[in-house]
Amino acid sequence: MNNQPALRTDNLDVTYTGNRTVTALDGVSVDFAENALTAIIGPSGCGKSTLLKSLNRLHEIQPNAEISGEVHFGDQTVYNTDEPLPELRRQIGYVPQTPTPLPMSIYNNVAYGPKIHGDYSRKELDDLVETCLRKVNLWDEVADRLDDPGAALSTGQIQRLCLARSLAVEPEILLCDEVTSALDPISAEQVEETLESLKEEYTIIMVTHSMDQARRLADDVVFLYLGELVEANDARTFFENPQADRTKEFISGHGASTHLEESDSSDSGAKPDEQQESAGDEPAPVQQ
Amino acid sequence: MDRYTEQRLFGLLARASAALIVGVLALVVGVTLYRGGRVFLTDPAVAITPPGSRYMLDGGGGFLHAVLGSLFIVVPATVIAMVLSLSTAIYLQSDYSSERTSEVINMFLNVLWGTPPIVYGVFVLTVIIAVGAQTSLIFGVIAIAIFQYPIMTRYADEALKATPDTVKEASYGLGATRFETARVTVRAALPGVIAGIIMGFARGIGDAATVLFTAGRSTQMPGGPFDPATTLPILIFEQAASFNAEVRSHAYAASFVLIVAVLALIVVSKLLAGRYARFAPGGRQS
Repeated sequence: MNNQPALRTDNLDVTYTGNRTVTALDGVSVDFAENALTAIIGPSGCGKSTLLKSLNRLHEIQPNAEISGEVHFGDQTVYNTDEPLPELRRQIGYVPQTPTPLPMSIYNNVAYGPKIHGDYSRKELDDLVETCLRKVNLWDEVADRLDDPGAALSTGQIQRLCLARSLAVEPEILLCDEVTSALDPISAEQVEETLESLKEEYTIIMVTHSMDQARRLADDVVFLYLGELVEANDARTFFENPQADRTKEFISGHGASTHLEESDSSDSGAKPDEQQESAGDEPAPVQQ
Repeated sequence: MDRYTEQRLFGLLARASAALIVGVLALVVGVTLYRGGRVFLTDPAVAITPPGSRYMLDGGGGFLHAVLGSLFIVVPATVIAMVLSLSTAIYLQSDYSSERTSEVINMFLNVLWGTPPIVYGVFVLTVIIAVGAQTSLIFGVIAIAIFQYPIMTRYADEALKATPDTVKEASYGLGATRFETARVTVRAALPGVIAGIIMGFARGIGDAATVLFTAGRSTQMPGGPFDPATTLPILIFEQAASFNAEVRSHAYAASFVLIVAVLALIVVSKLLAGRYARFAPGGRQS
């Protein structure tokens, strides 16, 4: 890692105590570099989303999640703190996997965050909405219909609207949970371009299923397997000169594994299975 | 029986049952509109004329007292039940209560839902006697609100549960508080929530048993919140049981008012729900 870390987890354990107890994260300590894009990769159900959500305590909205350890954000602590949770989440924004507009107009989708956090004049809000929509390359497409419902946009546009919405509260860090997995290739490419341009200004941490996407976008890569951190490294080292055996297996197995049966992939461990993953936790591509 | 005969037979049953239901409904609405409408043709002011002093005996005047009684009882009751039921429904979501708690509360709601309205009436009557009051409009409001509460809560709870979790995640992810997030979720669930409120209103305005012992069966204009009042369903019962033919015919006129009000409410709720469905995640209909 090159810079001072923007975010650092310290021995993070997360356990889900529902009908059966599942350890989602097991002693994960990892640094996330500032103004860089870090990709979290690993097979399905290995704790990628849990790690992402635990960074701004978003997993707490699910019942039965227990956590120990600490996350350091600059010189603040995320868990052991007196600061109200909403303030923390304003600084560490989150973009969900499924493109989800808030039930309001395009304009208000972006203006909602600023409105709840502070007093803005109408003029300031107008400017802010335009700036944020421009940052995600959506302004030209929606400028003449800002009062239409957010839900009336296409899925790809909604995902960029979600990014703009998160930017509007001026976060320092953006957590992106497989933000392109529900999109068609063209929309996905547009979102990737947007992320590429955003990492100049923001620290972006994204979960991805796609190794190709990680290769294209990531500065750093964090590889999780069954809730444990296997390797965290800069992208070049990670892909070209992986240190851990599991990483080597994962990277080399990736290309050849697309036709593996589900049982094979669970036996051979680190090999991800695209088909299994898409059946597992990707949502239906389009919700009508 | 081969598969295709089976399919044909079931198709027949499905169509026949649908036709039967629609037919019966059309008949009820048709007869009410026809016979009630006839009264309005001869005496157009019957629903907006106060009753005479011996209305039940000679049919002098009209039944404005029951129309107003219905409004004054059911509108405030719906508002009270709406606030309570929305708060409960939000509480039942995972942000506030554990799964176990909401399961238990849901069981109670089911029991309440299934409780015959006359039981609420008797319960409130017991309260009236205990505090030494008389049957009055305000107790009618309370009884109807209790009756509407489980209906509206179940609708709102189902609607809130059906909103995608990602709406909640998105709102929390922007740094919204629990209350702000609850408001966003309610907005996303608004079509279902409105349907529940209208359904509660319609059930409330049509219920007689809750009002019988609480607001009473007054035949005078409602004087104030602590005076006896009555609602249309009770009036219809009294009118239909009258030995005066004119009063009996007014029962159809009162039914006419009731049915038109309920139909209008359903149309309004459809329009409102459609309006808000455009904003719901994934909603494209206008």
